[in-house]
Amino acid sequence: MLDVTDLAKTYPPPQRGMMGDAALRGVSLSVAGHDAVFIIGSSGAGKSTLLRCLNRLVEPDRGSVRLDGEEITALGGRALREARRRMAMIFQEFNLVERLTVMENVLSGRLGYVSLWRAWRRRFPAADVEAAYRTLARVGLEGFENKRADALSGGQRQRVGIARALVQRPRILLVDEPTSSLDPRTSEAVLRLIVELAAEDGIPALINIHDVPLARLFARRVIGMREGVIVYDGPAEGLTPDALERIYGARSALAAT
Amino acid sequence: MTTAARAWRPPSIWPRPWIGPALWLGLVAFLAWNVLSLEINPARVARGLSRLGLVASKAFPPDFSRTGLLVSGLLESVEMATLSTLLGVLLGIPVAVLAARNVVPLPVYAGGRGIVMLVRTFHELIIAIVLVKAVGFGPLAGTLTLTLTSINSFSKLLAEAIETIDRGPIEAVRATGAGGGAVLLYAVLPQVLPRVIGLTIYQWDIHLRQSTIIGIVGAGGIGATLYNAFSRYDYDFALAILMVVVAIVLVGEAVSALARRWVQ
Amino acid sequence: MRATGRPRHWERFTPAQRAARFGAQLAVAALAAVMLARLGVRWDYVADSPAQVGDLLGRMFPPEWSFARAVVGPAIQTINIATVGTALAIALSLPVAVLAALNTTLNRATYAAARLVMVVSRSVDTLIWALVFIIVVGPGSLAGVLAVAVRSIGFVSKLLAEGIEEIDRGQVEAVVATGADRWRVLLYAIVPQVRPVFAGVAIYRWDINIRESTVLGLVGAGGIGFALNEAILGLEWRRVGLILVVVLGVVIVSEAGSAIVRKRLT
Repeated sequence: MLDVTDLAKTYPPPQRGMMGDAALRGVSLSVAGHDAVFIIGSSGAGKSTLLRCLNRLVEPDRGSVRLDGEEITALGGRALREARRRMAMIFQEFNLVERLTVMENVLSGRLGYVSLWRAWRRRFPAADVEAAYRTLARVGLEGFENKRADALSGGQRQRVGIARALVQRPRILLVDEPTSSLDPRTSEAVLRLIVELAAEDGIPALINIHDVPLARLFARRVIGMREGVIVYDGPAEGLTPDALERIYGARSALAAT
Repeated sequence: MTTAARAWRPPSIWPRPWIGPALWLGLVAFLAWNVLSLEINPARVARGLSRLGLVASKAFPPDFSRTGLLVSGLLESVEMATLSTLLGVLLGIPVAVLAARNVVPLPVYAGGRGIVMLVRTFHELIIAIVLVKAVGFGPLAGTLTLTLTSINSFSKLLAEAIETIDRGPIEAVRATGAGGGAVLLYAVLPQVLPRVIGLTIYQWDIHLRQSTIIGIVGAGGIGATLYNAFSRYDYDFALAILMVVVAIVLVGEAVSALARRWVQ
Repeated sequence: MRATGRPRHWERFTPAQRAARFGAQLAVAALAAVMLARLGVRWDYVADSPAQVGDLLGRMFPPEWSFARAVVGPAIQTINIATVGTALAIALSLPVAVLAALNTTLNRATYAAARLVMVVSRSVDTLIWALVFIIVVGPGSLAGVLAVAVRSIGFVSKLLAEGIEEIDRGQVEAVVATGADRWRVLLYAIVPQVRPVFAGVAIYRWDINIRESTVLGLVGAGGIGFALNEAILGLEWRRVGLILVVVLGVVIVSEAGSAIVRKRLT
């Protein structure tokens, strides 16, 4: 359902005459079915750029991204926004609107579906509100709807982020390092939540993560990136020390796990 | 099992839910009352707008021929602004110290704050009128006025800066048995000195603007020339003066921005 | 043990630095002296001025309390002008601020245009705007309202634009990623972040405008300034005193009110 072909992106240099940053140098992958696919690699490998090129928060220089057959890179304006509604993103820094309540943050997933006036007055359709309540219960935040986002802990904020993404009823989840800002115990709980809920709803997920042991706990399929290209795409069991060295570039403690 | 869909409204920021809408209603009613009280005459407005073209044509092209008047007025404004800033800083530092809670005892603080408040209430034009009556027309009244109004911004901001300094050095100097003056010199002023420079530059900027209008009541500067041009319907000359005033203010802003960066 | 010898010497500045500091202070003093001379100051006037001011103030007090009734109308009109002018300015500042912020403006042209509007508005004092508007709509409170409004646009939109540029881009990115359009992103991700700045700036400017409105009447643009001017021309100092007291009262009340509202809103 998601087909990526030869995606490339070079960030322009800060000054003329310097080299640009080639974050992606020709990436191709396919996601079918309902799996959670974990993307690992050291920082700067291009994981975040890859995800952001899929929903065009970053504009790729070349390549094709097809979601359910529709070419995302060719879309403009309104069509792009509609496509984005079908791709929900979960962020490393949670990116909640701090001064709004949990409920408003969750419902922001449905902003594209209500008129401007109703968005201003916060009058969302009853079905959306009900879905929001149910999703909040599923992420374990029942009763939190009226709390301000900046009053929550990191783990709670990420759960709101997950709820916001699910309420969009997306075709695919793009998850960018969801646990990098969380402590180890919360990280495992949040990652488990993402994987379970995605599986329950039958939504495939692309999950960036740099914590390999954590990925191994949940992953079936793993993609390894290094310096802008994919160097491994296969089952989690295939992550031999050799494979890890290809991805991370040196024998390290990671290989021992 | 199906349950009725739950509804949700954003929580109110006020203690009671009806206070928010009531305040909005009150605000709208207040504004409506204000607008209606103003007694605006639509016929007069319509006539004025139709004359706009005529006025604009009288104003263009701007008349720069009376350069003597322009330059002398401008120079006077700039000199007033600069001199007032120097004097205002000299006056403003002690007043600021008197208005800082953490440096002076409570009754002195109350007095200092009182002075600041008193000066803040009155627009510089009002102060200018009083001073013109007292010391006569001309830039002396203007300089005195602007020096006094430094208390409004320079002293107020400096007092606030003093109130946020580190207590440590003050206690340390007091512990050596030093008197108030030494505490000021060694513990307070060094901490706020960078602020003083920035505030001085800011104050000069404000004074530059003010110096262009206090001439209207006879306190020197180009304001008088401008007012006369308007009352004699010399719109082209007025436009020339306006353009020069805008240019001065912009140059002043640029200079103060540069000076602030150079000081950093 | 240190060998005895000449006692060690410490000074804060090297001789060169001290010379430079002294030179700078001398230059400043010289500048001040030159300007003072050019002012054509009559030093006997200056020496006399405290006495003169004191005499004038003495003539203003006690204020002519019976005149208060005549002044109530103009005093209220002053508040009206400030309020309507500020409200108008706030409404007009919103689009200007959005276009004057690098992260929300549409293109270079709109950014430049918005910045130009801000600069022109800020460089001309309220009183001068009043003179301009009197030409167009005639003397009276409308000229005053327009002058207050036009001057305030530059102030409010500058601070608002700065507030918009300082927001957390991550929050905006998240709402964009849900597929919301420009207006919804503005409404949901930008407005909530800017709201405290907005409330503070609006009330701050209203406060300043109350002060500005007290003198609009001096040039004929409405408010209590007219009564003040008349009293001064007629040398009725006790009425002048009363008007000053009324101005003091109006400003104090408005400042107290605005402090309360500001505390609630931020």
